[in-house]
Amino acid sequence: MCNSCNCSKNKSDLTLLDGVLEKYASVKGSLITILQNAQEIYGYLPTDVIYYIAEKTNSTPAKVMGVATFYTQFRLQPIGKYLIMLCQGTACHVNGSAKILKTIEEELEIKDGETTKDGLFTLKTVACLGCCSLSPVMMINEETYGSLTSDKVVSILRELRGKEVQ
Amino acid sequence: MKLVVGQGSCGIAAGASKVYDSISKYNDGKFEMGISGCIGMCYLEPIVDVYDGNELVHRLVKVSEKDGEAIAKAASNGDFSTVSNLFISEEDSSFLSQQTRIALRHCGIIDPNDINAYINADGYSAIKKVLSSMTPEDVIEEIKVSGLAGRGGAGFPTWFKWNAARSSKGEQKYLICNADEGDPGAFMDRAVIESDPHNLIEGMLIGAYAIGASEAVVYVRAEYPLAIKRLDEAIKQAKEAGFVGENILGSGFSCNISYKAGAGAFVCGEETALIESLEGKRGMPRLKPPFPAQRGYDDKPSNINNVETFANVPWILLNGGSAFSAMGTENSKGTKVFALTGKIKRGGLVEVPMGKTLRDVIFGIGGGIKNDRPCKAVQMGGPSGGCIPFELFDTIIDYKALGATGAIMGSGGMVVMDDSTCMVNMAKFFLDFTTKESCGKCVHCRLGTKRMYEILTRIVAGEGKEGDIELLEELCVSIKDGALCGLGQTAPNPVLTTIKYFRNEYEAHINDKKCPAKACSDLLSYRIDAEKCTGCTLCAIKCPVKAISGEKKNPQVIDNEKCIKCGNCKTVCRFGAVFVE
Repeated sequence: MCNSCNCSKNKSDLTLLDGVLEKYASVKGSLITILQNAQEIYGYLPTDVIYYIAEKTNSTPAKVMGVATFYTQFRLQPIGKYLIMLCQGTACHVNGSAKILKTIEEELEIKDGETTKDGLFTLKTVACLGCCSLSPVMMINEETYGSLTSDKVVSILRELRGKEVQ
Repeated sequence: MKLVVGQGSCGIAAGASKVYDSISKYNDGKFEMGISGCIGMCYLEPIVDVYDGNELVHRLVKVSEKDGEAIAKAASNGDFSTVSNLFISEEDSSFLSQQTRIALRHCGIIDPNDINAYINADGYSAIKKVLSSMTPEDVIEEIKVSGLAGRGGAGFPTWFKWNAARSSKGEQKYLICNADEGDPGAFMDRAVIESDPHNLIEGMLIGAYAIGASEAVVYVRAEYPLAIKRLDEAIKQAKEAGFVGENILGSGFSCNISYKAGAGAFVCGEETALIESLEGKRGMPRLKPPFPAQRGYDDKPSNINNVETFANVPWILLNGGSAFSAMGTENSKGTKVFALTGKIKRGGLVEVPMGKTLRDVIFGIGGGIKNDRPCKAVQMGGPSGGCIPFELFDTIIDYKALGATGAIMGSGGMVVMDDSTCMVNMAKFFLDFTTKESCGKCVHCRLGTKRMYEILTRIVAGEGKEGDIELLEELCVSIKDGALCGLGQTAPNPVLTTIKYFRNEYEAHINDKKCPAKACSDLLSYRIDAEKCTGCTLCAIKCPVKAISGEKKNPQVIDNEKCIKCGNCKTVCRFGAVFVE
């Protein structure tokens, strides 16, 4: 637990991680695997979890934080219910992904990296999803949406929002 | 009668699972159903193949959920004339028939979830042959004869790397498969793992035998969840069948295969950064020498090869190295898989023998540019590669020939561009990518890419200055010199090639504050053609900043001071009255 700043609001249930740590803590080179599992459990990497992992793997918080901040997969803030990953790969760029980004930003009133106030959507641009023939492409959680147009994107987002109201 | 629905990531994204479920719903039991992986005709997905025994009798393309009932009825009756509107055209069939498939030979044909489907297609015959009648040195010799070179982009002779790892001292050696496919626009490796994971496993087993490795790992990027799932299942099946694990096929050779997911870092495609990542660290490249063959994973001798490189290995061992080297050119043997995307009519996976021209691929197989717009260039090799202009499309696909243009073969990404693509903007796009992906270790890469990106951003925003091109060129040279790894060393390539071939576009942006491709919004003016405008005022209504005015039924006018160049007016105008200059 952090002693130098007041991040005690990160009161994560660390016991949730014990199964993972039992399996991997003593396996050399498993830090990234541990962090991936932790993110699956908590939805993101809270600071107290980072400190706990450092403690249990005989590492330092700085080293663990160094790895967590190096890779784009890891997030240090919670995300919304729906994580929108908008592909910004070459094919998507050539086929108009910049316009799609603008459309999403306007519709949800958030910028890349932000979460809507109602906690429903988080927007993240990603390097390439590998579905280039369907460009422009986005993934929302596990679902892939291709051949996007501004209208199609708005319709998808409004449909998801509509589900919440119900 | 068997209906096989293609289920690669793209197919599923296009609705293939829904098509499968829809047909299943109406299956009266008179026909079988199955799945396959990705055949690589992405622009035609979802695809349903109809088999009578082992013979493919019909290929239905662009199938939708609502076609399910009709297809099921047709399969039940054995009469597909009712769905002939879904038959693939002869022209579209030529997309595949013009290809020579080695690495992709099973993709989109066999069921990736079933090891028996692989075995029935001669799967695991190569490893049987190798373990029963060849020494590791024999294997390396066969690979040498084949001329197989690294398909990840570097094009280094595979036999040489295997031999180096074999010759290194040490009991414990590692074979690593680089499935980090980070080049935006490339998905060849994803297709192989999703569609033919056993082929990859078999290729790796042969490689492990050749170098003397008892442990093999696939480092696969996290952004490929379906590929990871299929690989996981395939490894389990291969273990159960005795192809992976202890004393394989009673030969005395043991090899365990596992996989580890990446966590989103393009630099981890560089082999030493990949090793760092496998070791649970920040993916920062190491100095070479020592090479991984001497000191790699856990400081032990390691050999890293790309997915596509391994995918060729079983075929080479079964058919002989000479059969592989009979294809291609003097410098580049065998075939290469490309992911053809961008402004192309027929996009997807294309595998051709080395020596075909870019024109053969882009126009012959790809059908040319969407909407028949003028073709401008093709970008090859991702952010490490370069742009080759249309005038050079008779260049052959060959490591040396492509290198001579200033571009590279790369891992296979081939993004086609037309006259509406701004090449300065493309250079900026790639620098945005490499700046973000730079690991930060080397000053020249870390700061140099950032500075180049800043200059390019100024240029496309209309703030280019005299001397900017020269400054970019100077930065390119120093970054190449000062960078430790391939990411930094090749980051300047998109800039160098676009300056070389499209210098006029840079000059137009800087000197005239104009974008010849009409793509850079800050350099554009939106105008309304008074002759075409009917005064319906739809544009004025849709304008977010109320920059359009005019009486109803009279030509509208855009106030360029207020205009934010969002393009809404052009999008909504039904009369083509809005134009950009």
